[in-house]
Parts: sequence; structure tokens; C-alpha cells
Amino acid sequence: MLKTIGVTSVDGLFSSVPDPLVFKRPLDIPSALSEIHLKNHLRDLSRRNAHGEEWSLFLGGGCYSHYIPSSVSYLISRGEFLTAYTPYQPEVSQGTLQAIFEYQTMMAEIMGLEVANASQYDGSTGTAEAIRLAVAVTKRRKALVARSLHPEYRQVILTYLKNEGVSVEEIPFTPEGSLDRSSLKKLLDGETACVVAGYPNFFGVVEDLSDVAEAAHASGALLVTSTPEPLALGIFRSPGEIGADIAVAEGQSFGNAMSFGGPGLGVFACRKEYVRSMPGRLVGETVDAEGQRGFVLTLATREQHIRREKATSNICTNVALCALAATITLALWGKQGFKELSRMNYDRSEDLKERLAAIPGVRPAFSGTTFNEFVIRPRQKPTDVVARLIDDKILAGIPLWRWYPELAEGLLVCATEMNTDEQIDRFVAALRRLS
Amino acid sequence: MSTGGRGFQFQEPLLFEVSREGREGFSLPSSAKPRREPPAALRRIKDPRLPELSEPDVIRHFTRLSQWNFSIDTNFYPLGSCTMKHNPRVNEEVARYTGFAHAHPYQPDETVQGCLSLMHALERYLAEISGMDAVTLQPAAGAHGELTGLLLIRAYQTAKGNPRKKILIPDSAHGTNPATSSMVGYEVVQIKTGREGRTIASLIAQEMNEDVAGLMITNPNTLGLYETEIREICAIVHSKGGLVYGDGANMNALLSKARPGDAGIDVLHFNLHKTFTTPHGGGGPGAGPVAVKKILEPYLPVPRVVQKENGFVVEHNRPQSVGRVKAFFGNFGMLVRAYTYIREMGPEGLKRVTELAVLNANYIRARLKDSYHLPFETGQMHEVVFSDKFQKENGVTTMDVAKRLMDYGFAPPTIYFPLVVFGAIMIEPTETESKETLDRFCDAMIAIAEEAKKDPDLLRKAPHQTKLRRLDEVKAARELKLRFNFEA
Repeated sequence: MLKTIGVTSVDGLFSSVPDPLVFKRPLDIPSALSEIHLKNHLRDLSRRNAHGEEWSLFLGGGCYSHYIPSSVSYLISRGEFLTAYTPYQPEVSQGTLQAIFEYQTMMAEIMGLEVANASQYDGSTGTAEAIRLAVAVTKRRKALVARSLHPEYRQVILTYLKNEGVSVEEIPFTPEGSLDRSSLKKLLDGETACVVAGYPNFFGVVEDLSDVAEAAHASGALLVTSTPEPLALGIFRSPGEIGADIAVAEGQSFGNAMSFGGPGLGVFACRKEYVRSMPGRLVGETVDAEGQRGFVLTLATREQHIRREKATSNICTNVALCALAATITLALWGKQGFKELSRMNYDRSEDLKERLAAIPGVRPAFSGTTFNEFVIRPRQKPTDVVARLIDDKILAGIPLWRWYPELAEGLLVCATEMNTDEQIDRFVAALRRLS
Repeated sequence: MSTGGRGFQFQEPLLFEVSREGREGFSLPSSAKPRREPPAALRRIKDPRLPELSEPDVIRHFTRLSQWNFSIDTNFYPLGSCTMKHNPRVNEEVARYTGFAHAHPYQPDETVQGCLSLMHALERYLAEISGMDAVTLQPAAGAHGELTGLLLIRAYQTAKGNPRKKILIPDSAHGTNPATSSMVGYEVVQIKTGREGRTIASLIAQEMNEDVAGLMITNPNTLGLYETEIREICAIVHSKGGLVYGDGANMNALLSKARPGDAGIDVLHFNLHKTFTTPHGGGGPGAGPVAVKKILEPYLPVPRVVQKENGFVVEHNRPQSVGRVKAFFGNFGMLVRAYTYIREMGPEGLKRVTELAVLNANYIRARLKDSYHLPFETGQMHEVVFSDKFQKENGVTTMDVAKRLMDYGFAPPTIYFPLVVFGAIMIEPTETESKETLDRFCDAMIAIAEEAKKDPDLLRKAPHQTKLRRLDEVKAARELKLRFNFEA
């Protein structure tokens, strides 16, 4: 090969690197491991984590433990899906393209809106991008964001928008845990591009936001809903049904492992009229030269590789493999399974909520309807409760003090189909012992 | 001989077309918990029309779909700037270890020491490989890393008293560079590529002033050329108070050979899905960690993983931080894969990666330079850019060559990028291809160049062997069918 190239050594290929910049010592990283030792090392590291398979995990807050059917991991591990690139050459990418078209259809159906894109990084960045879309569509520069929206999503929103001249104001929550309507009325004005609310919100509270949609629309603003747990939409009204114009979700619950919080699946849906300002990739149906149905990436003129600094977003990646896992999972659950699983999660968390609330000294923080998770006020400090229950191999919940000083005694507790009856009994007994 | 062909390619309708009422592909445990009724006003009115299928239906559907995809596992994928190298399966296996896959981001620190120690070590390795001082693993992809990097530059300049107005970007840059600059509130000043395909320091000096917050530069650039004046360029930007952003998309050309930090780069993103073998997955998930020099460390996104006497802790309180760019800790699953890769390769292995990647690119360049026009005659790093200048004489374009390659069983290279080369054909072989594979690819490219002279129409109508023929992209954009039509 060197002879064909016309050099005498591999070093000769690097002659364009100026000598002072040539790196001459070995990199200071650990020496190579064989596959056997590599796996031992990684297994040791993984065992230094407590995890949901051996522990009782009652944590939610935007990342949920759900059962992933065996077929999902098997199918997404197929090399033809796993090691393909973005489907820019449609003739040899129909597999990915058709699967994304099916994904877009499912997401539009679940969100109750007309179109969904091929996915965003995750729920947090998707929510920030939704505000950017609302700003582009309304040509207004103020976003009203519910304080009950996932606190890390709110942080991401601030990071994304602070240099775009968009002001972000906060809508407080009520003792029921829902959006404070009277504050909303005061804040809504002719400059407001959108109202952004969690649905369910960070406290697990599901509320009817149709009056919020009406109020927003009356002043020319859009309603953006952000759903950290879209399994709720198996039984609760879809964002489209309550009047949302843009609906974002974190789709991890659909067939993706928690994996310490990432990768996630940013579900992004909206009304059809905004599609030309929408961020992210879109797959559309067309035909080939012989008239056969096929799929392609479309409306690329919105995107960075064509529009450069005038693009609707800098986003390039979608999370195709996570979207594929969601599509496979939803195909296995099917129309009935999606509803049943949603009901099962609702039933289990309602049961846990009632039983915890029956413990003397434990009070629910909010009176609103919840899905999957809810806030309680235990008798002890939430961080102490969490620390004490570690001895019982119970991961008890998420203390809220970091984000909500006003809820310093609040603990966010979650139950899903993965929590067995026995786990729930043990959790109730352990908390009772502490009270 | 061609490795293309029709093979067993089944027709497979959409999920919604094969759905039959009442079928289900999973089972739920029975529950003794009482049924609850959510308030009527909150209940869903119209069920989503999800398909109803059995498990074998679903397996067969997606297996067939997979067979319509080209992938690295199928054959050589010479996509320039995308680094389509082999994805080791050990990465996939370890990322699925229960301790990683089932870890929750809000577990107490003491119960996730494995995750935190892996992240802390990966930060150190990436800093050493790039010659930088600190790393954040939070960004989810390359473009997200760029966003983070420019936010850091903006925070730094703001702290100095003035965020400044402009970012300088060479015209050979990825489209994400200008798109990101706009998102961070900067105006883009495009710098022309010099005649030899490189950025010229004197052109930077002309545009550099106290209005410019920084420069974004890709090195090696998208023409596969090392920016020989990089030190001078960085010095010019620094002398006027600017910072230099390095687009790390092409790190595969530099491992253990030249470190961006040593050349004066202040902030750099990695694409773990390029250089560090995490799979592309048909378009993600990726991961785009960002490395910085000390001066930018206070501004890194929160939270940070910090090593203390009794273990690793997550710190949230960093008053100068640009904030959060993503919920939780970044794409942790991808971080496990990249960490595993680095531990498998070690320092010698990584050096070998770059040597072979550059050797392979130069070999392709040498074998194809008589058949395809080389716009720049200088030394190449990990990728090579040709143009369709010779083929144009017969009315054949880059697009036709790309489509014809599919008939020979290869994925097309990156085409019409970088924009500075008219009709660009951008080939990146990576280190994981053998000489035999490269030869088969070069033979195909040479045969196509001959076909372009003798039978140009064969190319214009290509591909002939794929499941579908050329697709009507204009119709797709005009009629805009973005979902299945249940009513039709």
C-alpha cells in the first residue's frame, strides 16, 4: 500500500503536521485489555451500582423503570439497524425510513396531533426546541413556563433561550399541584408566544389544561405540553384533545432502558401548519422511478446542512435507534396493551399512594389526580428517609429540596408495573417503621 | 465481481396495514390491585390507532425491514466525515449489564459509584487524548456539543465584559457550525478556503478584531487536510481576545499523533459515534462531549462529577456555569461504549487506529486519482475528496456515480459536501477496512468511471439492483405525507 501511495513509511503520511505539533510520547491512558479482562472490569464497575433488578426502585421524575420485551433488544441489535447511518440514501435505507414513518404515525396518534418528527435528543431539549418553534411561528418573544414543569427541563430551556432574546417567566402552582390560573391570566399578554406546562407535571399531577389552551389561544399564544411519562396517555386525554399546539414527550418509557438517564427519546409533535418551521428530521412517503411506494427524508430545506445559519435549528442527529425501540415496543403492546399497561401503572401507584397516606404522619403534598408518581411529605426529612431505606435495598424516592425550597419536606415517589406487590408491601412497612 | 444483488428481499407493508383486531404481542402480570377510575373529565376520548400484532408478526416485520438497510455490518460504508468504522459488539454487551442499563439518574450518589467513576475516568481519557484540561459529557450529539462550546465562549467573553458579535467560520465547515452560531446569538463571518484547500492565517488576521468572539475550525478540515497554519491561526485569534473552537468530527485522523489542545484550540467537541465506535443506529443516539482549557472550566454545564476522599459525588452548585444543556447526565449508554472502546484499544491501539485510517485514505486517493478529479493535490489525512469534473464531460454527475455504486454493493460516499468543491465525492475508509475491501471498492469506482464514458445512461438511471429505484424526493416534499392515512 505504501508503494502505491509513493511513501516509504506510515510516518511519511503525517508530514503535513508541523513538527512542534507532533505528539511524541505515548498517551497517558491505561494499557489495552483483552476482551475477557475488559468484560470483567466493566462487570465490576456495573456491580458498584445499585439497580432496579436487585433493589426496589420507586424513582421516576422523568426516567422510568418499565418492562422491555425481549424482542426489542433482539431486533434493535440487528446490525442492519444498529450500524446504519442516517438514511440520506433512500434506495439502501428503506428499513430505517419505513420504521421512522411508522414511528411518526404512532407518535402523532398518541399525542393526538397531526404530525410528529423523526425524534429529538430527549424531552428536555425537545421542550426547549418547542419554545423556539412557538417563537418562530408567533413572532413573539416571551414564554410562560410552569414551575411544575420538570426542573431540569426548565434549566435546559433557560440555557437554550438566554441568547435568543426570549424572556422566560414562571407560572406558579396551586395547593392541588396544578397550574395557577390567576397568575397565568396576569402574565399572559400580547407578547406571549407560548404557555408551557408539564402533562403530567413533575409532581405526577394530571390536570385538564383545556381552559389554559383557550386562554393562550385567546391572546394569540400557543399551548406547549411536555410529557415526561407518555404512558399516561393510554388513559388520559391526549395533548391534542386538550388543545395543545405543540406536544413534546420523553419517550424513554417506550422500550428504552433507563441507562442512568440517557439516551432518551425526544418525541415532538405539532399542528401541520407549523411543519415548515419544525426542527429535526422528517420522513415522507413518495414513489420510486417505477411507481413503487418508498420513503425519504423530506423538507431538508429547514435543516442545517442546507440552510446553514438560517436553519430552524442546528439539530442533525435524531435518536433513530431509540425511536425504533419505541416503535417495536408499541407494536408489541398494541392498541389494547398500551391502554392496559397504562391502567396497571395507574392502579399500582394509586394503591401505593393510599397506603402511604394511611401511615400516621405521612401526608400527600397535593390533592390533584396523579399518574405513576406523586409527592408525599413523610415525617422525617426526605433525604433521611432515602438514606435509611438504602439498608432495606429500597430506593425510596426523589427529595425535592434541590429544586423546590417550598417543598423541602416533599418526596416524589413512583410505582410502575415493575414494582411487585411484595416490593410495595415492603416499602409501606419500611416507611411505617420510620414514622 | 459485484456483491450487490436482489437476494431475498420481501415486500413488507406498514404495521398499520397488517394489523388485525384483537392481536397482542405481550403479556402483563395479573394484579391483585383494585381497579381505579380516573376522573371522567380527564379520560382519553379517542384511542391512538396503534397496530394489533402478534410477536412473530412483529419480529418478521422488523427483520424484513432491517434487510432493506445498508449498514457497516453489510459492507464497506465510505461515508466521508462520518467515520463509519466497525462497532465492536462487546460495547453493546457491557452497556446492557444490569448495573448500567437499570441505573436511575436520581439514585443517591453512594449507590451509583460505578456510573460516576466510569464518567470521571472517561473525562480524563478524553482530556488526555485531545490535550485539554476538562471535559463535560452532557451533550447528546456533535451539534449539541457545538452549542455547548459556543455557550462557553459566550459566557467567557461576557465575563470579560462583552459577549462580542461574530464568529469566524471557514467555508468548508459542517452546516452545524453556522446554524449553532445563530442559535447562540452570533453573526457568522465566512472565511474563504485558500487555493490549496487550507485556511490561511492572513485571511483570519484580516477578519479578526474585538468584535469577534471566536473562530470555529475543523482540523483536519472537511477536505481531509491538516490545517498547517493552525498555530498561527490560534495565536491571531488569541491576540485579539478571541477563542478557538475545534470541531472534533475528524479526530480519527489525530489520535496519539497530534493533539488539538497543543495547537492552541480552547474548546473542542468529540463525536463518540464517529471516533469512539458507538453505533450510528440509523441516525442516533450519539454523544458529543466537550473538552476545554482551564480558562473555560468554570463555565462547564452542571452537574459535574467530582472525586472526593470517600468516592465520587455529583456537584450542582457552579455559579458561573452556562447551565444545563440536557436532563440528567448525557447519553450515558453511549459513554459506557466509548469508555469500553478506549480501554480495549489502549494508547498503542489508538495510535494504530489513526495510522491505518490515514493509510487507507491515502491508498484510495492513489488508486482513484487517475479516474476522478482531485481538486487539491496536497497530502491527505483520513479522508479524500474527489469531484465529478471528469465525468461531467459525459453528462454524468456525482449523484449518478453515487447511485451506481449501490449496484456494486457499496454505500455511496458523502456527496456534494464540502460545498467548496463542486460535485464533491468525499470518501472516508476508516481503519477497520482491509486492503482487499479497499481494492474491491476502488475496482468498482474505476469500472464506474469507465461506464460513465461508454454508457452514461446506465449511471443516470442507477441504481438498478436495489429494492427500490431512484425515489421522487420532489413529490415527497410537495405532497407531504408524514404519517399513515387511516382514512384512505
